[in-house]
Amino acid sequence: MKTETTDWIDIAALDDIPPRGARVVRTAEGCIAVFRTHDDRVFALDDRCPHKGGPLSEGIVHGTAVTCPLHNWVIDLATGEARGADEGRVRSHEIRIREGRILVSSQWLAKRKAA
Amino acid sequence: MKEKLVIIGAGMASGRLLEDLFEHAPDRYDITLFGAEPRGNYNRIMLSPVLAGEKSYEEIVTHDAAWYRSHGIATRFGEPVVRIDRERGCVISPGGETPYDRLVIATGSASFFIPVPGRDLPGVIGFRDMDDVEAMLEAARAPGRRAVIIGGGLLGLEAAAALRARGMEVTVLHLMGHLMERQLDPAAGYLLQRALEARGIEVFCNAHTKAILGHERVDAVLLEDGSVHEADLVVMATGIRPETRLAVDAGLRVERGIWVDDALQTTDPAIYALGECVEHRQTVYGLVAPLYDMARVLARRLAGDADAAFEPPAVSTRLKVTGIDLFSVGEIATDKGHEEIVFRDPGRGIYKRLVIEAGRIIGVVLYGDTTDSGWFFAKLKAGEDIDPIRDTVIFGPAYAEGAAADPLAAVAALPPEAEICGCNGVCKGDIVAAIEGGATDLAAIRATTKASASCGSCAGLVEQVLAATLGDDFALPEKKGICPCTDLGHEDIRRLIKAREIKTMPALMQEAGWKSSCGCHVCRPALNFYLLAEWPLEYADDAQSRFVNERNHANIQKDGTYSVMPRMWGGMTTPAELRAIADAAEKYDVPAVKVTGGQRIDLLGVKKEDLPSIWADLNAAGMVSGHAYSKGLRTVKTCVGTDFCRFGTQDSTGLGIRLEKILWGSWTPHKVKLAVSGCPRNCAEATCKDVGVICTETGYEIGVAGAAGMDLKKTEPLVRVATEDEVAEYVTAFIQLYRENAAYLDRPYKWVEKVGMDWVRARVVEDADSRKALCERFEISQSVYRKDPWAQETGAAQRRRKWAPLADLTLEAAE
Ligand SMILES: Cc1cc2nc3c(=O)[nH]c(=O)nc-3n(C[C@H](O)[C@H](O)[C@H](O)COP(=O)(O)OP(=O)(O)OC[C@H]3O[C@@H](n4cnc5c(N)ncnc54)[C@H](O)[C@@H]3O)c2cc1C
Ligand code: HEM
Ligand code: SF4
Ligand code: FES
Repeated sequence: MKTETTDWIDIAALDDIPPRGARVVRTAEGCIAVFRTHDDRVFALDDRCPHKGGPLSEGIVHGTAVTCPLHNWVIDLATGEARGADEGRVRSHEIRIREGRILVSSQWLAKRKAA
Repeated sequence: MKEKLVIIGAGMASGRLLEDLFEHAPDRYDITLFGAEPRGNYNRIMLSPVLAGEKSYEEIVTHDAAWYRSHGIATRFGEPVVRIDRERGCVISPGGETPYDRLVIATGSASFFIPVPGRDLPGVIGFRDMDDVEAMLEAARAPGRRAVIIGGGLLGLEAAAALRARGMEVTVLHLMGHLMERQLDPAAGYLLQRALEARGIEVFCNAHTKAILGHERVDAVLLEDGSVHEADLVVMATGIRPETRLAVDAGLRVERGIWVDDALQTTDPAIYALGECVEHRQTVYGLVAPLYDMARVLARRLAGDADAAFEPPAVSTRLKVTGIDLFSVGEIATDKGHEEIVFRDPGRGIYKRLVIEAGRIIGVVLYGDTTDSGWFFAKLKAGEDIDPIRDTVIFGPAYAEGAAADPLAAVAALPPEAEICGCNGVCKGDIVAAIEGGATDLAAIRATTKASASCGSCAGLVEQVLAATLGDDFALPEKKGICPCTDLGHEDIRRLIKAREIKTMPALMQEAGWKSSCGCHVCRPALNFYLLAEWPLEYADDAQSRFVNERNHANIQKDGTYSVMPRMWGGMTTPAELRAIADAAEKYDVPAVKVTGGQRIDLLGVKKEDLPSIWADLNAAGMVSGHAYSKGLRTVKTCVGTDFCRFGTQDSTGLGIRLEKILWGSWTPHKVKLAVSGCPRNCAEATCKDVGVICTETGYEIGVAGAAGMDLKKTEPLVRVATEDEVAEYVTAFIQLYRENAAYLDRPYKWVEKVGMDWVRARVVEDADSRKALCERFEISQSVYRKDPWAQETGAAQRRRKWAPLADLTLEAAE
């Protein structure tokens, strides 16, 4: 059965992000890094490393992980969790691809504290 | 009276539907079958073997005239339906009106031609039906004719292999970075490309078609990069488009395909649709297996079974090119939690990858050995928990008897003439001969062949040759790979790149048996450097394998801002440049301006999105990037020398500028800093640099391999020369030797410590031919890399866009 609870917003084409790369989306609650893997999957994490806030979007993307550019923590793209001996976790966000377009959950818009 | 069932399209889906329908309800309907092609149903997926000459058309016919007759079907072949009149319940074709009680649309899809000029020229052909095959065969008839296939997907590659088998010269132009990118990852795509090239098919990836050229007929294909590929025949295999026109005109709901529900009913309850022309739960199918499932469901529906419902199945792909084994299944999903298991056997050209989610296989790519595809596919379809067999699952069901991967495969596959020891020119064959002559360990090899007797960097490879040749008699010492993705060390990798002429990263990872699908942050930057240093003209630098600083041409600071440092050649500047720097600092609110120890000015705290603009401003004032962020040439410090100083012996400033202009832009294993002092008082501190030149009354002393970081080390004398020209030559040769041999992230002093000054002098000083050759190779590389990275980024608006956010949702949120 098809039960879609989220609305999806088209933000960009998949090809706007290089394979094994990332770009940033600004939201009212801060930047979200959108990653594209070597096999064209996309993931979204807060663009703040759990270590000292490094911009994960500038890291090297390998497999389904990214290495933070500041001190080389390796963050799992799927879970947002630090791999290996390091401990920490960054929030992940709903995202998907459809027909070469990147869609994000409308929750991203709602990421705004009640004003 | 029987109900009237009209079917539009006599293809594979409707063919299967009819068979199933006769099984469940042989007498229920009066059936009329329309087909646009002037023939009945045949096995479309066998068109490639017909094209290749392996089968005849007759052999692939699935329903002949006798079959239609015996089942009482009225066939209207060669007669396309042009309109559906839903109000009156009839279809309209050249032969008039045909009424229906129920209607089935099974119109399949049509070839999609990319919209480029010249696509309508005679000789440009799709690959969809028997007419296309006949047209291609007609074009292939004369000897020596050339076919260009646009599109390196399933269809394009089958056409390419078939036309090659017919003796044509075949070129494949593929838009993406590797073949069949929708089914294969880059590693498998690379193996496939290699196999096709071995058959004499030319393959070009990243090929953007600009136009098809010709007057009466097609002559050639022109790419965006200006290259022209001659063609007597162009096959457009750039995708398919569901054939939905009738449904659109009839006002049915059409998305990418004709919308159907689980009963395969369209938005009109009297009209059904199946096959490639439909879209079910947002999916359009392009392979027969799911279409056969649809046929089964629709047949039961038409026979009166109200419960039959179509469930999307997993779809697998195989390439039907004789001699190429390739299998893939599973979608490129965006769901979270994927892991992967990768297996490579470089010697046998085998690659296997399983994508795992929550302990279950959700995707499979097999290349070179597809014997286990059924086993994996079954596990995928069953959603079986593979955690208990996770460690061995990749080896397939035969693992119990089979052996695990052979880590020595890469070395075993080297030909005898492959050079193992670069220092002493010892080939694998020499080493094997020594082993056969009785040598059993590294020391013995060293004594008999001199392999690894000099710099020693090939010791690892020599040991692997020993192990591969002696088998169990030789215990390989524990070896540390450069990262967990590989067991090979830096030197082994450099040698493999050279010996096997490996020119791409997927190729390297495949040949060297990488244990991850695309490396990690440790190996990727190293491999990228090794490849570009070895193949400057062929290898395309991979920005995604560079650390942020080299990707963004600026140093990232701890708060995510960047520093911008223009080059000041030899530490010289002008009032105009200083003014431009000051203007830029104010215009972009630069929080800090610092004079560096490298004799230039650093603007710190620049925001990422401002980088292209500030660069453009500095470019406009004649300045280029200072590469203060790169593993490459940083600065050449100079003193004022004879220009002004009362002690100066030579033009140290001029020489420093000259060296900087030769060396700038080059990539090196680690950063490289130079200095030139005008006399032994050494104000430019040249004696602790990677390369330092001290001028004297009679000439120049060149020292190398100094250090002034965590280690402090004085330079070692390389040579003393008389002219500036010689300084330029010796310094260039030293830098190139370092580029060609050092391990990534070894500064020159570390590298020289390993190979020894004698080894360096032998190549740079004592052997003039070697020195000249090093300089030549450096110049070849610089013909590509001696350019300003800033200028590349400040050009087209499109380029600049990549520096901005992908999207800004703060604005929408405010609504
Ligand atoms: C060269 C080639 C190789 C392939 N290899 C494979 C493979 O290895 N494995 C695999 O699973 N799939 C393969 N396929 C895909 C497979 O053939 C299709 O998925 C399948 O044929 C689709 O069936 P269909 O009935 O939906 O459409 P089709 O078989 O295309 O039939 C549709 C028919 O409808 C006719 N038609 C269209 N409009 C009208 C109209 N208005 N009036 C009357 N008739 C009309 C068309 O002329 C056509 O004959 C291959 C396809 C090609 C071309
Ligand atoms: C391991 C060690 C080192 C690290 C991580 C390091 C880091 C850096 C960084 C990040 C910058 C750029 C500052 C910016 O613009 O953002 C820089 C500049 C500089 N560093 Fe280092 N450095 C190292 C070793 C050294 C050593 C050994 C020396 C000298 C002997 C040195 C001398 C300089 C100089 C002179 C500059 C100014 C650069 C220029 O003008 O191009 N550094 N260093
Ligand atoms: S190194 Fe010698 S020539 Fe250069 S500034 Fe110092 S004293 Fe003068
Ligand atoms: S901030 Fe990411 S590793 Fe330190």
